Amino acid sequence: MSTETTTAVEPKRESLFSKKNRKLLTDPLDDSNPITVQVLGICSALAITVQVQQAVIMSLAVLFVMIGGNVIVSLMRGIIPDRIRIIVQLVVIASLVIIVDEVLKAYSPDISEKLSVFVGLIITNCIIMGRLEAFALANKPGPSMLDAVGNAMGYAWILLAVALVREVFGSGAISFPGVGQVKFLPESWFMASGGFYENNNLMILPPMALITVGVIIWIQRSRNTSLIEEN
Amino acid sequence: MEYLSIFVKGIFVENMIFAYFLGMCSYLAVSKTVKTAVGLGFAVIFVLGITVPINYLLENFVLKEGALTWLSPEYATVDLSFLSFIMFIAVIASMVQLVEMIVEKFAPALYGALGIFLPLIAVNCSILGGALFMQERQYPSIGEATVFGLGSGVGWLLAIVAIAAIREKIRYSNIPAPLKGLGITFILTGLMGMAFMAFMGIEI
Repeated sequence: MSTETTTAVEPKRESLFSKKNRKLLTDPLDDSNPITVQVLGICSALAITVQVQQAVIMSLAVLFVMIGGNVIVSLMRGIIPDRIRIIVQLVVIASLVIIVDEVLKAYSPDISEKLSVFVGLIITNCIIMGRLEAFALANKPGPSMLDAVGNAMGYAWILLAVALVREVFGSGAISFPGVGQVKFLPESWFMASGGFYENNNLMILPPMALITVGVIIWIQRSRNTSLIEEN
Repeated sequence: MEYLSIFVKGIFVENMIFAYFLGMCSYLAVSKTVKTAVGLGFAVIFVLGITVPINYLLENFVLKEGALTWLSPEYATVDLSFLSFIMFIAVIASMVQLVEMIVEKFAPALYGALGIFLPLIAVNCSILGGALFMQERQYPSIGEATVFGLGSGVGWLLAIVAIAAIREKIRYSNIPAPLKGLGITFILTGLMGMAFMAFMGIEI
């Protein structure tokens, strides 16, 4: 790889799973979570959390695009001119997103329909751009890949948590990709068939996504007090 | 009348922030003071008003199935829509760059006010979102697409200025420590979203 030569030489080779590299994987889960701490990639995180199934698909798509983008940009980091790096990054990301979009359209058209414009919006998902700028442009492909996996996981667990809360309370069910919605309350409990239970329809509406994330941030910061902001 | 309806819908009913959460990143990051929020808001209106019509032309004369028939009738079956993401984002990134240079040259005062925000806008989801919604909704003419772009921009401005004003006030309130900053902003946005839902279903 001729591009490798332009960056700083590391003193000694370290293994892919050294302590430093493991930190790349675990840090984004809590201390530097992309959504709740770095405030990146909120748009998609909120819009597609009505059902767990959509959140899973979205997380997988972001995982794929992030790993691909981070590794490719990291390999090219020596040859990207500084002035046009944003456009180069956008083109790399956009190509990966097109692959995801075409695969989704081919294999699960109904999910692709539900995600609508939000697959395309992965391009402007700030997590991906942010990690490319902050990490992949200055690091080797190996650590860049770990950083991508870590951040995508940090994104995914928030997404799944929000989707779980919204779907359980909003639809009284959990859906999995490939299985469809599974209702876990007996049908006779619902108001519609003479029972006592009624779904909270507010949970399905957009504002509750914001409030759910707000509450997750609240819980996370009361456990991890180092994250509290001044004002 | 059609134009007015699309404009008002873009501002209130289909507000970029409260209904689709587009452009949330800069909405949360740049809403600490009203002054900067107003600057970013106008920059978004400006860029949306320019990029949505350009992308509309691109969509209707290059990308859509059968759009290339103006070149030669034998292209009637060519469908380039799989390229739309990459074309839209390229248009947006280069337009933002171009607008930045033009504004810097011809309106230095405006550049002073908007300058730092323009690069941020290239990766603002609401701009690409505007282009993608325009594609999905199939507006019949370029005028309608432009009005949609401007309306969404005004809706975005309204949202960011409102939250910035609330955040300036709330600085003196007694909020539980872990909820300070980001947490309370999320919850406030949720409450504002509920208020905006009152506009749902309005037809003009």
